[in-house]
Amino acid sequence: MSSSKKIRVLVAKPGLDGHDRGAKIVARALRDAGMEVIYTGLRQTPEMIVEAAISEDVNVIGMSILSGAHNALFPKVMELLKAEGVDNILVIGGGIIPQDDVPALKAAGIAEVFGPGTPLAEIVGYIESNVKL
Amino acid sequence: MPATKLVKGVLKGNRRDLARLITLIENEHSSAANALSMLYKHTGNAHIVGVTGPPGSGKSTLVTRITAEYRKRSKTIGIVCVDPSSPFTGGALLGDRIRMQEHSFDKDVYVRSMSTRGHLGGLARATSDAVRAIDASGKDIVIVETVGAGQSEVKVVEVAHTVIVADVPGAGDDIQAIKAGIMEIADIFVVNKADYPGADKKVTEINAMLDLDSRERGWRPPVLLTNALTGDGIPELVDMIGEHMSYLQETGLLKEKGLQRSRDELEQIMEYKLTRELFTRLRGTPEYEQAIKKIAGRDDDPYSVAERLIAGFLISVRE
Repeated sequence: MSSSKKIRVLVAKPGLDGHDRGAKIVARALRDAGMEVIYTGLRQTPEMIVEAAISEDVNVIGMSILSGAHNALFPKVMELLKAEGVDNILVIGGGIIPQDDVPALKAAGIAEVFGPGTPLAEIVGYIESNVKL
Repeated sequence: MPATKLVKGVLKGNRRDLARLITLIENEHSSAANALSMLYKHTGNAHIVGVTGPPGSGKSTLVTRITAEYRKRSKTIGIVCVDPSSPFTGGALLGDRIRMQEHSFDKDVYVRSMSTRGHLGGLARATSDAVRAIDASGKDIVIVETVGAGQSEVKVVEVAHTVIVADVPGAGDDIQAIKAGIMEIADIFVVNKADYPGADKKVTEINAMLDLDSRERGWRPPVLLTNALTGDGIPELVDMIGEHMSYLQETGLLKEKGLQRSRDELEQIMEYKLTRELFTRLRGTPEYEQAIKKIAGRDDDPYSVAERLIAGFLISVRE
């Protein structure tokens, strides 16, 4: 009789890059940490991500980009969430994101950015201590 | 958010309110029961279609195709896809949505992924109430996709009006087809991946199994060939789902099933509430822990302890 709340996470790949090994590793790690992970697959538009996040009522969105389009797509997702009046979802990013781009992404509302080599436990821990249930 | 406001939103078809309500149902939040009881009289209108079958038989792709066909026929759709939770961590990877991307921007299609949260039988405990919430939100058809089913994941039969069992060529011989369990619950059989070798043989095997069925039944489950990737056979499948509903209506079986379902549901709710009440009183009390120790030490046995505890519970309730 599990009456406890579960952390629901949408793992998404916005944009056109076709590599989701990293996203899958993170999805698996979050699953192993007891979270419910909805994986949407490749080539998502920001609109699709926001729609899925609302329909699935997730607490967290994790996006991975390797193609360099993060400066356009991450803020777009935040903008759409705002337009929908959603302010209770923790949004994090990962992939190949130059350090110089991180401050602007954070200003746009991305809570944290995790680059290659980040220990999985760090991502799990970050979500667990920052998610709003 | 108070239940009344949520209920209003759900009845208007607001998908965010619907999504939130389903979360409350899943978490067994106290306001969920409240909301569901308010919604109850607005339910019972949707045709609930179950899709089950082994992992990799193409259930999600089939569901996507069926949905597209229904949309051509101007029907609105809700989908609940269930995937298993980990027996070790309770976590889950819900991947059915990947195949349903083509309906992302269709406001008349609502897709919700659900973990079983340890529940057996192919569905989550919350599935039937989630289906009910979607029904109340005004969707014409609600499709329930079970976890990849083995042989006894048959709970979907308690939720759906029409059950589709999807199978694929090349898996198992004709003895598999006459085993009890999942092969018995189909209203419609689908042999998916019709382009694979052995598809016709599979159809023959299922039909041969149906020939052996000695029950007097007005509905012999048809066996359809589909190719969910190309869409071949899907319009015929959707026609058949409609025919099955007409059959249920014309024969009065729909009413009969409805009665049976209400009875089962009422009993399940009572059983659940009673058990919860019982355990809230017992757990953590020194007497209870003492009794458990005695059982473990073979100083007492679980059968007579259970009798005594329940008798004590009933007396305390009477007082």
